[in-house]
Amino acid sequence: MCLAVPGRIISILGEDPLIRSARVDFGGVVKEINLAYAPEAQVGDYVLVHVGFAITVINEGEARRIYADLCKVAGLELEPVHAESSV
Amino acid sequence: MEFCGGHTHAISRYGLEDLLPPGVRLIHGPGCPVCVLPIGRIDTAIRLAERPNVTLCSYGDLMRVPASKGASLLRAKAAGCDIRMVYSSLDAVRIARAEPQRQVVFFAIGFETTTPPTALAIRLAAQERLENFSVFCNHVLTPSAIQNILESPELRDLGRIRIDGFIGPAHVSAVIGSNPYTFFAEEFAKPVVIAGFEPLDVMQAVLMLVRQVNEGRNEVENQYGRAVRSAGNERAKADVAAVFELRKSFEWRGLGVVPYSALRIKRQYGAFDAERRFGLEYVPARDNPGCQCGAVLRGLKQPTDCKLFGTVCTPENPMGSCMVSAEGACAAHWTYKRFRDGARTGT
Repeated sequence: MCLAVPGRIISILGEDPLIRSARVDFGGVVKEINLAYAPEAQVGDYVLVHVGFAITVINEGEARRIYADLCKVAGLELEPVHAESSV
Repeated sequence: MEFCGGHTHAISRYGLEDLLPPGVRLIHGPGCPVCVLPIGRIDTAIRLAERPNVTLCSYGDLMRVPASKGASLLRAKAAGCDIRMVYSSLDAVRIARAEPQRQVVFFAIGFETTTPPTALAIRLAAQERLENFSVFCNHVLTPSAIQNILESPELRDLGRIRIDGFIGPAHVSAVIGSNPYTFFAEEFAKPVVIAGFEPLDVMQAVLMLVRQVNEGRNEVENQYGRAVRSAGNERAKADVAAVFELRKSFEWRGLGVVPYSALRIKRQYGAFDAERRFGLEYVPARDNPGCQCGAVLRGLKQPTDCKLFGTVCTPENPMGSCMVSAEGACAAHWTYKRFRDGARTGT
């Protein structure tokens, strides 16, 4: 029920904070998503979307840090992170 | 114990428990808002939808949940009720705008992740003075459920189940932040690690919990830093505080009546409260006597301990909510683990 899905903002519509929304790309599927709870979101940002609302902007720095930690745990070489493939 | 249905699902789907050493066991908690919604509330919604001028809008998760006497929202829809599945609370608002002659009721459920979208829908309806829109509110609160489990006699006194730590919910925490869990970590001396839903997130959180247990710490740690901040989402929290207030008590399936664990719509938005508008009365309903959903939700029993599991109760014909919700412990066990059970016993 509380699963939220990451998607990339491709365009933003509207000014009224209640109904400001974005077209968000979920790996090929594009939906219109309300941005009231992620007012700082910009085109190109990744947002976590739940029932039609962005609940947070995904912090890229944190994502990279966790990825680095996980690679260390597995004893792996740190591979370059591609924007589309990691969240 | 993992609290969130999304974690239950990830653990089952990726066989994470099989990767862990024998000393580490994962117990499923009541973190699926579909699973903890009492049958009586669905009965109420169906009775509402039977009124000829009512359009009931519901998330897909609820459509097949069994209510009393074999009813469900889907069956009521097949029988002629105007029940529509929606992706978002805003879809229900759109329907109300487009069909002013219908009384559009949004069946709101969910933990803290799902509550802000309902708050926004109500604020939007208020701004537009939409007179034909209302919300049947069943939002519940995560910390109350955790507290209820931690204070249950089976855990506290009888020692029948032992919980050494919690895998904290991912997206509830994106909204409420990591701060609210500090109370549990301190009061009950149990570590909490908030984890994302990817399998590696969960494994990393288990590692962090094991380290805390071994080092005798009981802190709140955040594995899901890319989405969760300590204060959470301030705007979302503010909207919820503006529109909702605590109910003194609310019945949870499997946990009984839990105080201060659920929300209702505040008086200033009372015009959009379906319970007020339609004078809805709640009639508690009993679960199927063989159904063990209550015990499963509290981590007291495994799905296979239930006599109905796999015999009468399957995903095609669910008897209780643990099976009908994709995130329920029984549905997860059925989909991902029963083959392993069969292999082990050689059947």
